[in-house]
Amino acid sequence: MKRMLYSPDYLVTRDPEKCIQCEVCVRQCAFNAHTYDAEKHRVDTDCSKCVGCFRCVYMCPTGALSVSEFSGRMANSANWTDKQLKELYKQAETGGVLLTGMGTDKKYKIIWDHILLDAAQVTNPSIDPLREPMELRTYLGGKPLSIEVKENKRKVSLPGADISGRFSITTELPQQLELKTPILFSAMSYGAISFNASKALASAAEECGIYYNTGEGGLHKDLYRYSKNTIVQVASGRFGVDTEYLNSCAAVEIKIGQGAKPGIGGHLPGEKVTDEISMARMIPKGTDALSPAPHHDIYSIEDLSQLIYAIKEATEYKKPVSVKIAAVHNVAAIASGIVRAGADIVAIDGIRGGTGAAPTRTRDNVGIPIELAISAVDTRMREEGIRNRASIIAAGGFRNSADVVKAIALGADAVYIGTAALISMGCHLCQKCYTGKCNWGIATQDPYLVKRLNSEIACRRLVNLILAWSLEIKEIMGGMGINSIESLRGNRLRLRGFDLHENELKILGIKPAGESL
Amino acid sequence: MGCSIAGVIDGNGSLFSGDEIIRSIQKMFLRANGLGGGFAGYGIYPENKNDFCFHVIYKDDKSKDITDAILKLDFDVVKSEPIPTKSIKEIINRPILWRYFLQVSDSAKRQFYDLTEEEIVMRVVMKINSGSYGSFIISSGKNMGIFKGVGYASEIGRFFRLEEYSGYCWIAHDRFPTNTPGWWAGAHPFGLLNFSLVHNGEISSYGINKRYLEEFGYQLPLRTDSEAILYLFDLLLRKHSLPLEIAYKILCPPLWHDIDIMPAPAREFYKKLRVVYSGALINGPSAIIVADGKRMCGFTDRIKLRPLIHAACGSKHYLASEECAIREICPVPDELSFVKSGELTVCGIKGKIK
Ligand code: SF4
Ligand code: SF4
Repeated sequence: MKRMLYSPDYLVTRDPEKCIQCEVCVRQCAFNAHTYDAEKHRVDTDCSKCVGCFRCVYMCPTGALSVSEFSGRMANSANWTDKQLKELYKQAETGGVLLTGMGTDKKYKIIWDHILLDAAQVTNPSIDPLREPMELRTYLGGKPLSIEVKENKRKVSLPGADISGRFSITTELPQQLELKTPILFSAMSYGAISFNASKALASAAEECGIYYNTGEGGLHKDLYRYSKNTIVQVASGRFGVDTEYLNSCAAVEIKIGQGAKPGIGGHLPGEKVTDEISMARMIPKGTDALSPAPHHDIYSIEDLSQLIYAIKEATEYKKPVSVKIAAVHNVAAIASGIVRAGADIVAIDGIRGGTGAAPTRTRDNVGIPIELAISAVDTRMREEGIRNRASIIAAGGFRNSADVVKAIALGADAVYIGTAALISMGCHLCQKCYTGKCNWGIATQDPYLVKRLNSEIACRRLVNLILAWSLEIKEIMGGMGINSIESLRGNRLRLRGFDLHENELKILGIKPAGESL
Repeated sequence: MGCSIAGVIDGNGSLFSGDEIIRSIQKMFLRANGLGGGFAGYGIYPENKNDFCFHVIYKDDKSKDITDAILKLDFDVVKSEPIPTKSIKEIINRPILWRYFLQVSDSAKRQFYDLTEEEIVMRVVMKINSGSYGSFIISSGKNMGIFKGVGYASEIGRFFRLEEYSGYCWIAHDRFPTNTPGWWAGAHPFGLLNFSLVHNGEISSYGINKRYLEEFGYQLPLRTDSEAILYLFDLLLRKHSLPLEIAYKILCPPLWHDIDIMPAPAREFYKKLRVVYSGALINGPSAIIVADGKRMCGFTDRIKLRPLIHAACGSKHYLASEECAIREICPVPDELSFVKSGELTVCGIKGKIK
């Protein structure tokens, strides 16, 4: 056993009474925490290798294993926590940048938990979603500010004829994405996640009438059949981008940045670039897939505009173009620039957004919370009178349907969920996605691990999740006396802040709890 | 229960006394609590029918002085006088109630050469009502006026001596306020230019309707949802030049599951309305009467959570929250029916306005 200066993160306990030395745990742990000693006919565990993914705990047929946080503290200091110490020891050993996966685990204040929702009482009846229609349908894309109509020459003169026969709307509506419920699956590239995980997302999106996002990893040939529910990404690496790719989707998203690593590119190590991935990404097998930090053809907003229009030309103006940015300090002004540059959708990813791999320091310290970013962007776009010109998709750590409702009430049109979707498929948030050893078959390309994730079962779980959240959203809307999502969108009067600073309330544009209309 | 609303229009444009609408709304007094009532009358100022008539509520002399000065910047004052009232014992703490007949001055027309006269008026109304001068312009149309205050509608009507006015269209409201405290400017009807509106209900979408309107330069100082509905009509009809029927379908569009089974052109039509004007959809219980001098319309919210009844008798049309209010002034109507959800009842003027 390698000698280390620090204690393990987890303590794996094996009940010797229950363990039957079947070696299931040995096979299940890709981190090699469990080993079998044939001579002694004994399974042993090296806790220092455990990442706390709980795979062995659930797979052990006799329930002999348990995993808990390692409780021994090294230094009794609030400043120098064990986590700090361990990171220092690791860097002292390796001289490297610390890497991590998933969204930040730092204890930032979660503003969602300080926003309270309203409900109707007496004067404005609540609506029972089981009895009355409750509309969640959402359209994403640029919209004109107003419409022009002309009276038809040949009037339909039947009594009670609908006005749509008497008038025609001459204004054309740009292509929209139609969503049955205001949720989409966030960009997760094939490469960062397994084929089975990608397929589960794609087929769940199709079944739910929503969209999934390919991320920057190109599109596997077997996923072209889900193109109606696909948003393809064009990122700085331009992996897998050709005309066919751009036209095998419902919308195209230009990725400028992501919440987990604003200002940082990506790196898929060559060993993960398998045959299939090399084909999807259109790069030679075994080569590192490097996404530069900036797009090498975008150094200003004009350059972005050129790329937006290049994509629109290539897709004959039939696909909405989205631009995804990380929520950084100046997000409102940047988003406004993006809309003026021609984007139909701005996707904003907050500081809690997840990732397959990111430098820990960047993940944990760069960006702003999505709650504030949504408000700032929505307010700014309304002030400038350009809110109709683009939709807002918010991303970054949405945990449940209440977060979604609050995001929409603050002004988002829809939300991207990534981490929550992975968790519904089985992810246990061990944050080791960057190792490629995901024991749950999600963030890995190892065929042995990938087959642990059955894409049909994963799809079912994703569909259930979207269904459950949609039902909850309807329930909350009904409680507010609202039967259509557009009356919730941007309706900040139905939110109140609790235990929030005055400045936060101001930026969120909401009143403190207890204050009435 | 909730507020009550009523309206009468003579399709021939013949004038009749305000006494009729007072009696109609009075019949529904049980729906109100004395914290606000009001009326709008059309055709009541024939002598000044080409002047913009402002009815203004002032807190004190100082607020009037400031407002007078602001009005003089853009308008020539044709007439300026107190609104006649008479003493009613229930009406207490009346503010200063004033009316002006105004013409947009030539210098204002030159300065705002790119604005219509209506837009110049709207600008001034927004400026005064949202500034904290203690002044509220409660109506600003031509040949019409709004009379409102704190009290039961019938008391307010008699206080303003409405039986002495003659108009061809009247709408009224008696209030049971739940969202804002009872105060003079907060009573219904709400008016802007020739538009006036009375509303029974509470809009759960107010927060977004307000923000949507603000994008187009409206300010909503009265903090009431009814004001938002009025401005939505103004935006759609005046600024976006949409026909009334379409404006109504924007505020109360059909449900998606109904749209989905329509023939393709209708489906496209309603999809465009809903997608482009999502911020204008009104949600929540409502029965609404609007008038603009040319017609009076009534409708309810999409799932009809508030009552509204329509009746016709000869050239006259009636709308009211309850049948009794109509029977009070028209005991045997030719026809009487409930306004259906999703339908706009339009009672227009056919003849020339007398
Ligand atoms: S890493 Fe996962 S599978 Fe391995 S020992 Fe820890 S909990 Fe068990
Ligand atoms: S995807 Fe896999 S590796 Fe990543 S956090 Fe989840 S369980 Fe761990």
